[in-house]
Amino acid sequence: MARLSISHLKKTYGDLSVVDDVDIAVEDGEFLVLLGPSGCGKTTTLRMIAGFVPPSGGRITIGESDVTHLPPWKRHCGLVFQSYALFPHMTVAQNVAFGLEMHKVPAAERGPRVAEAMRLVQLGGFDERYPRQLSGGQQQRVALARALAMQPQVLLLDEPLSNLDAKLRLEVRVEIRELQRNLGLTTIMVTHDQEEALTMADRLVVMEKGKVRQIGTQRELYEKPADRFVAGFIGRSAFLDGQVTAPGRFRTAGGREIACADAKTAGPGTLALRPERIAVGGEAQGLPNRFETQVVHASYLGAQLDVQVALDEQERMLLQIPNRPGLTEPRPGDTMTIGWAADAGLVYPLGA
Amino acid sequence: MNAVRFGRYALNGAAGLSLGFILLPLIFVTWLAFFRQEIPSFPPEGYSLQWFTAAANNKPFIDGFVLSLEVAVVSTLIGLALGVPASLALVRHRIPLGPGVSTLLLLPLVMPGIVLGTATYVFQIEVEIATQIPVMGSLGGLIAAHTLVVIPWVVRLVTASLAGFDRSIEEAAQNLGAGPFTTFWRVTLPSIRPGLVAAALFGFVTSFGNLEMSLFLVGPGRTTLPIAILQYLEWKIDPTVAAASLIQIVLIGAAMIVTDRYVKLSRVV
Repeated sequence: MARLSISHLKKTYGDLSVVDDVDIAVEDGEFLVLLGPSGCGKTTTLRMIAGFVPPSGGRITIGESDVTHLPPWKRHCGLVFQSYALFPHMTVAQNVAFGLEMHKVPAAERGPRVAEAMRLVQLGGFDERYPRQLSGGQQQRVALARALAMQPQVLLLDEPLSNLDAKLRLEVRVEIRELQRNLGLTTIMVTHDQEEALTMADRLVVMEKGKVRQIGTQRELYEKPADRFVAGFIGRSAFLDGQVTAPGRFRTAGGREIACADAKTAGPGTLALRPERIAVGGEAQGLPNRFETQVVHASYLGAQLDVQVALDEQERMLLQIPNRPGLTEPRPGDTMTIGWAADAGLVYPLGA
Repeated sequence: MNAVRFGRYALNGAAGLSLGFILLPLIFVTWLAFFRQEIPSFPPEGYSLQWFTAAANNKPFIDGFVLSLEVAVVSTLIGLALGVPASLALVRHRIPLGPGVSTLLLLPLVMPGIVLGTATYVFQIEVEIATQIPVMGSLGGLIAAHTLVVIPWVVRLVTASLAGFDRSIEEAAQNLGAGPFTTFWRVTLPSIRPGLVAAALFGFVTSFGNLEMSLFLVGPGRTTLPIAILQYLEWKIDPTVAAASLIQIVLIGAAMIVTDRYVKLSRVV
């Protein structure tokens, strides 16, 4: 296993910039997830690492060697495809042995290594089956075993769970993560599924429109989103447009004055608040920012209630109220007092 | 309800009629091959296997069969060698005038055999005049012309196979360390095998049975089986011809049944 580093990576098609100046360093044995909406450049980045897309600029280094201009078959990075891409005319064992054969592993060694890979993915007794005779989950394991058998320097996963049903996906997530940790595999996974990314990653890279918006742990991304996009993309946020009038002071477009520690330089901006930081009713007592609001909509979600309230005519906010015995469900039209601390919100200047 | 049932009967009736229309000549040829008398007339005077012996001992038929076999095998192989790369280029790459090239490659299939034969004949004469190489009436000339009628089958069936092909399995092979040639040989070709087998079979049959074009191109002492049969018919109408035809029908039918066991022809054609 090895470090992988990407510097100033670019991909353009004519005038269209798909990947724009991406810098990522993956530590030895780290599980990094590229996350972003579709079309953000995450898959193109992965395909450049695998060698299927020639970069328009920048460098890719695996371990000590610069692989930027190497063809795919010389890169030693195991890729698990979204469609699994198993060879339909080969048995499971032949599929898994293919990489070994290509890397000139002596025939006598291949058998034990195939068996070892199959043991890792917990799929025994299927060696002589053909891919079409396997379920989606089994095919996924074969694809993983095939990539692992050749002991790649880096493991690449392209939306590996998106073709599995919901229940299986939860199980496989944990299995892949355990396997990755035990083998110490340097891994990059691409996904658009936020929950999948949060549960599996050591660190995450949030991408949008070809650019890296933020790299960090789950906690860093949630508690200190670098910009408004990340604040909206990772978890949920209530956004209030307005401007910073003085250090520590924010005025909403509707004219409400809000105390906010993060308000520093004067100018137009957006205040982002996490729903769970907003206190309700009696708990809002004594908080610097306290407002009377109208309930617009309330949804009962079991462990919590999601409540939409109107701060004034234009501004709506989302609250999450934890469920507990005796809680009275708010109804549309009810008046509700809400409040939050001065350190609860983050301000993003306009354009950031 | 009655309308639906009537519709179904009508459809089955029409299908039965068409099938009968296709099979009728085959049935008569088969029947005729066993007639005892020399001049075909109804009802038959009796049955015999003598015409099969006659066909098997007819030197022009045997020579024609061997030549047709040679030409069909070689032109099928050349057709595959040319048609597969052409199909790959057409499906995978945006080549200039792609649709035009594709139509051009399929053209020999729809061109009347006489036209194709005349054109090839004139072309080969011109080539011979220009280069002083004896092309006309040579085995090479005949094979080249037959390759022309094999190519459309290869292009049609192989492009169809490639259209539904998941490119990511080629990428998977490369990711696992296979270079372009190994990828093609170990992954691409086996994946389009049904199309290849069907192309080879239909190309072979088309070449083997070709009469109109071959008429222009055969040389002295070099006659294909269909031409040998035609020449025989100019002088005699005894059931030897029916027996020779039946042998061909049985051989081709057997080839199709055997092929169908390995690749379902109905899926690719």
